[in-house]
Parts: sequence; structure tokens; C-alpha cells
Amino acid sequence: MADAVVTDTSTPTEPGWFRRNKLAIAPWIFLIPALIFFAIYVVIPIFESLWLSLYEWNGLYDAEGNSTAVWVGFQNYVKLWDDPNFWTSLRNNIAWLILYMLAVPAGLFIALFLNQTVTGMRFYKSMFFFPFVISQVVVGLIFGWFYNPDFGVVGTVWKAIFCEETTNILGNTTFRCERPVPDILSSEQWATYGIIAAGLWPQIAYCMILYLTGLNNVAADQIEAARLDGAKGWKMLWYVVVPQLKPATFIAVVVTVIGALRSFDMIAIMTQGGPFGSTNVLSHYMFEVAISEYGERYGYGSSVATVLFGIMLFFISYFLWRMYQDEKGGR
Amino acid sequence: MFPRPIEKSGATAKAAYQAFLPFALILWLLPLLAIFLTSIRSAADINSGNVFGWPSEFALIENYTAVFTQSAAAQYMINSVLITVPTVIISVALACLAGYALAIYRFRVALPLFFLFVAGNFIPFQILMVPVRDMSVQTGLYDTIAGQFLFHAAFQTGFCTLFMRNFIKALPFDLIESARIEGVAEWRIFWFVVLPLVRPAIAALAVLIFTFVWNDFFWANVLTQGESAKPITAGVRALNGQFVNNWHLVSAASLLAAIPPVVCFFLMQRHFIAGLTLGAVK
Repeated sequence: MADAVVTDTSTPTEPGWFRRNKLAIAPWIFLIPALIFFAIYVVIPIFESLWLSLYEWNGLYDAEGNSTAVWVGFQNYVKLWDDPNFWTSLRNNIAWLILYMLAVPAGLFIALFLNQTVTGMRFYKSMFFFPFVISQVVVGLIFGWFYNPDFGVVGTVWKAIFCEETTNILGNTTFRCERPVPDILSSEQWATYGIIAAGLWPQIAYCMILYLTGLNNVAADQIEAARLDGAKGWKMLWYVVVPQLKPATFIAVVVTVIGALRSFDMIAIMTQGGPFGSTNVLSHYMFEVAISEYGERYGYGSSVATVLFGIMLFFISYFLWRMYQDEKGGR
Repeated sequence: MFPRPIEKSGATAKAAYQAFLPFALILWLLPLLAIFLTSIRSAADINSGNVFGWPSEFALIENYTAVFTQSAAAQYMINSVLITVPTVIISVALACLAGYALAIYRFRVALPLFFLFVAGNFIPFQILMVPVRDMSVQTGLYDTIAGQFLFHAAFQTGFCTLFMRNFIKALPFDLIESARIEGVAEWRIFWFVVLPLVRPAIAALAVLIFTFVWNDFFWANVLTQGESAKPITAGVRALNGQFVNNWHLVSAASLLAAIPPVVCFFLMQRHFIAGLTLGAVK
């Protein structure tokens, strides 16, 4: 072995340093553009935000170009503790997390319903997936209108069931209702649930597609074997199919958790956090605090973002740990 | 196959299933159908309260042209394209390079770097908001198209690298090994051996990133203020304020905003789904 190395290096055309180390250098050349870009826009800003949450700053610079930020230490977090809007947002975030999880079983259920091979199935599958492809802004607008008590679907159906149509002397139609039509998005109590329901629509579609692809890979021989043993229905689903769908379930849970904590678009479109902040979540509250018509409060906003980041980090660490286990198990 | 194929349960069951499917679909897409019906109604219908029944007349072309003539929708659509296309090109290109490095070379920080990209992809946008906005203002990128696509490209590089690295890792390593023994330069291996093999991954990422960025709303709000650089998602919201109670126009505008990703999805369905499952569920 040693001889071989010696003869190799003593060849007259000794390769340069670059060439000898090419396997050590090459990856960095391939990585550098992505790393620089990612560092500037993602990694460094995270730390800047964490740091900024210890300052009070309206985003302005003085004439010399120095930031006007003032160090306040943990003051922002103390304020946060006494801020009822913060707690409402946090509570709503938890509601989102819990209720959004319904997308996972619901997606599995629809996937099972659609996992057939009759003609036109491909078309049905893609149409069921449709809600995920359209922007959340559009979904928010659709549902905002859907819930509208005057001319939305909910209002119309409600009137058909509980209301009596009367025509007054002027010929205008009015409705006399046993129960007033619910205005879901203006109700402090129900608005959040209304938005979550709207958010579930695309999320269920996403989970469904994950499970449909997962179901394609379920080992047919195991199903047949279980069938011979007399397993069917729920038992078959729970003991034979679901364990095999584990990779799909993992991704479904990951994207649902992330989706729940990232919910911003729908809230901004449907209620803007109202009525009276009752539908705010941390992601929207942060935006509201940091860039609002009452002046910019970058420091306080950053402290809200830091809390949200902390919650997310908890989940991210778990996901990364799971991925790490898979990596070790692999090659 | 689970559940048991419906064909095995007899002809009636199969017929019942096939008859039920369209109902289930209509129920599922009810909000979308309702808004489509609204978008082809005339203003008279909306004002007279006929918002859920059959339209008294069809105003499809009138409404959709009105969106373009009465608002800056055309400008918003163009902006969306100008933001989305460069994002796709930059992020996929960077991810091909980075994914190749992380999948092929064994060096100590390969896995930590990979996890950095993965983690970056999951973080909440809000933690980036203030610094990125401030940086954009400082560099003159605030309220410009470039300011948006540069950010999106950087952020999406995380997801693209995750996907690309896993895809390349699944390729047969012998190919690279034998090319190296032949003395092929590293960049040539990347260009002539690996790149042709990752075409499906490039297609999957292209459609996915296109859809993600097209549908972005948060950054459109953070990084723009005027009409000149606003993408269609933020534009639709502005139109919502402009067309108060003109639900036929608001719905037409929303559906217009949804068309490009929908077309993209239907054209490249297989790639799209492969991308969404992160390549982990094949």
C-alpha cells in the first residue's frame, strides 16, 4: 500500500494542490452560490431578528445613516407577557394546530374513498386535489363570500331553512327569520373556527394526495395475506394499511403543523385578525404590530416572531431528528 | 389493494359508486363552483339578490374583461410572471449545484449543511420579515420586482436543495464512481452525467416553486407598496377593496389569479405530485 502511494506521488507530472484536493474543494465550489444566497436572505436575518427583539425601533435611520434603535433588553418580552392580544393569538395558534390535524385523517378517508380504478378516476383524483393548487388568498375570498350572511351560500341555505320570505308594500323582499342568520366571520366566538374550516379545505386535499401516492405502494401481498386471515374493514386499515402508510403520515403531519403555524393569508384576507383581534394568530399579529398604520414597531414585532420561531423550532427539531434517524438507517 | 376494488363487490355496487362520485365531487368543490357561477353573473343579478340561483344572463366575457379594463389586473399578472419565472430559474439552478455537492461528496459538514437547508425551509416567514424588509429598503430593492424574486429564490433554495439532494442520492453512485475512474472532471460529471438524470426532479421543482411563489401573499405585502411591483395575489386583495360588493368582479379576478397554477398543475400533474411528496413517498 505504502509503495503504491510513493510511486504515485513521484511521477514526473505531479498534480497541483488543487488537483490533489479536488474531492475536498469541489463540493464547496458547488455549494457556495446557494450558501451565500441562503445565508444573506435566511440564516443571517434569523439572528438579526432575535437580536432586534431586544431593541425598540421604528425602522428609521438618522441623518448619518445610523439606526435609531434603542436597547431595551427583555422589555419587549415583559410587555408581551401583559399583552392580551398576544395571548389571544397564542390560543388561536393552538386551536389551529389541533384542528388543522383533522386534515390528516380526513385526507386519508378521502384517499381511501378515491383509491379505486373505475374509469375516469384520474380525473376525479385531480379534481379533488384542486383546492390545494389555488392560492390561499383566493380560498380566503371564496370562503369569505361563502360565509356571507346576506348573499353567501351559508346565508342562502340558512334563509331557506329558517326564514320566511315576505314582500312589503314597496315590493322589496325581506326575510323574517326564526333565528337570525349567523355572521360567522363577525362573531368573536366563531370567526377563528370559520377560518380554520376554510384552511382545512386545501390542507385535506394535500393530505389526500400524499395518502393516494402512499396507498399505491402498499404491499399487495400483505393485504392479500391479511385478507386470507380474515382481516377486513377497520381492522385491516388499522393493523395492516396504516402502518405501511407511515412515511406518508409523517409528511402529512409535518406539512400540516407547518401550515397551521404559518397561517397568515386566510386571516389577512378574511378578517384581518378581527373582530377585536379575536382571530389573530402569532404570524398575523407580528405583521400587524411590526407594520401598522400606527407606526412601525420592529422590535416588538421581532419579539412576537421570536416566540413563533421558538414554537416552530420545537417541531423542526423533532422533524430533523426523525430525518436523522432515517439517514443513519440508510446509506 | 386497499380498499377492495369495487369491481369485486358486484355490478350494482360499482354503478352506485360511479353515480355517487360526481355528487361527492360537486359537494367538495361547492365553494369553487359557487364562486364561478358568481363570476359569470351580471351586476343586475347581484343587486337583485339572485346570487345563488341560476344566473338570469351570462356575463362571462363582460365580467372578465371588466376586471382588466377597470383595474390594474393585467399589470399584477405581468408582475407575478416577472417574479415567478426568475425565482424558479435561480432556485432550481442553485439547488442542482448544492444538491449535487451534498449528495455526492462525503465531507464532515455535509449532513449539518443539508439540515440547515431543510430547517430554513420550515421556519416561519415572520422571523425574516423585519431584516429582509430593512435590507431591501437599504439596497433600493424595496417595492421592486427584483427585490421579490431575489428573496423568493433564496428562500426556495432550501426546499429545492432538500429535494434535489435526496433525488441525486437515490441515483446509482457507480455512475459517478466510474466516471471518476475514467478521469472525468468533477464539473463535467455534474454536467454530463448527473444533470441529464435529474430532469424529472427539475420538472417537479419547477412546477412546485412556480405554484408556491405565484401564490405568495405575505412577501408581496412586506416587500411592496405600490401597484408597479405587486403580484396578482396582493392585487386581488386590492381589487377586493376597489370592487366593494361587486362580487361578480371580485370572483372573476380571484379565478383569474388561480388560473396559471391550475394550468401548470394539470399539465404537469405527475411531476407536481412527485414534488409534493418530497420524493419520499414514491
